[in-house]
Amino acid sequence: MPAEAIVNGLRRVGAGAISAVTRLGFAARFFAVVLIHSPAALKRTQLTLREIYFAGVLSLVIIMVSGLFVGMVLGLQGYDSLNKYGAGDSLGIFVGLSLVRELGPVVAGLLFASRAGSAITAEIGLMKTTEQLAAMEMMAVDPLARIVAPRFWGGVISMPLLAALFSVMGVFGAYLVGVRLIGLDSGAFWGNMRAAIDFWPDVTNGIIKSVVFGVAVSLIAVFEGYDAKPTAEGVSTATTRTVVEASLAILALDFILTVFMFRGIGG
Amino acid sequence: MNRTAIDLWVGIFVTIGLAALVFLALKVGNLASLATVPSYRLEARFDNIGGLKLRAPVKAAGVVVGRVDRIRLDPKTYEAVVALRIENGYQFTKDSIASILTSGLLGEVYIGLDAGGDSVMLADGATIAKTQSAVVLEKLIGQFLFDKAGSGGSK
Repeated sequence: MPAEAIVNGLRRVGAGAISAVTRLGFAARFFAVVLIHSPAALKRTQLTLREIYFAGVLSLVIIMVSGLFVGMVLGLQGYDSLNKYGAGDSLGIFVGLSLVRELGPVVAGLLFASRAGSAITAEIGLMKTTEQLAAMEMMAVDPLARIVAPRFWGGVISMPLLAALFSVMGVFGAYLVGVRLIGLDSGAFWGNMRAAIDFWPDVTNGIIKSVVFGVAVSLIAVFEGYDAKPTAEGVSTATTRTVVEASLAILALDFILTVFMFRGIGG
Repeated sequence: MNRTAIDLWVGIFVTIGLAALVFLALKVGNLASLATVPSYRLEARFDNIGGLKLRAPVKAAGVVVGRVDRIRLDPKTYEAVVALRIENGYQFTKDSIASILTSGLLGEVYIGLDAGGDSVMLADGATIAKTQSAVVLEKLIGQFLFDKAGSGGSK
């Protein structure tokens, strides 16, 4: 019966929508609970430091190398286009603005989601699968304060620092290509960049973005891990979801934040 | 990985992260250029400010001495009132002329201050009496075409 097929289809759409909204509600409640448990977790700094080590320090190499290469490519491509209009000296402005405003927070956030977010999800998911979280509850240790909150804050603290490092390495890469390789004047490169980029609002907006991305990625990572089905397949699905959802969240948030931040510019 | 090693690595990470932020603020951005310098306020009224923007530089003899702080329209006289923040080290005479200029053909719009010969200096909050409005390219071209047509017709 076609009518039955249509009804079944509608039913499936409805069920999907309801479960998506329910998950969103659970995620929001989870966020609030993590925040409530945060003071207790942050009092034991050693836990958070350990997570900063795993999320931040171990991401250093990939962030710095990526930043350097992104900067070098921007240097080459930017010079190629700008030089057509005789504006090769503005390379510093082009590279600096794109890195500080957009590429630094966004690309560092995407790399952070894949490098650290997936690891957090897999770790918490596996703890759940092997019933370590349940065992902790049995021993009256709150897994939210002991496991989830430190990982959340480790990510939130690491992300802005990584984004700043990414931008700096990118500017350095563009300097290598523009000044050392192509032979632009180093004074024009730095001078034009400093004249065009303001601490407020350019650099501060980049920092705000990276903090927001840090919160979004860390929250998605710990939530997906905590919410994972306690099977091998469930953990793998949760890890994939973390990377996909975190990447989409970064790009969507970036658009929203950019609309708010740069609407006034030029006015 | 024991505790002290983790502390050390996190310490190194946070240090270079903060160093990167400072680098972005000072070397890439221009935090140091104005924020720390004490300044005073002047106002100037223009018939037309053209493409003048907030934070545009105020230059005297080509040297940046301040920035545009606020732009608003006087609802009574329909003049643009531009507030300037000038660094304390620079004083300008009472008969200074403020003009809106463009660096190059496509360059940024800035305010040029030309000091006069008066012995009295402009105080904080004073208004610059003599101003020269922006040259609007469209009006200039229109004027030019109009003159051309006029001279062609009379021949």
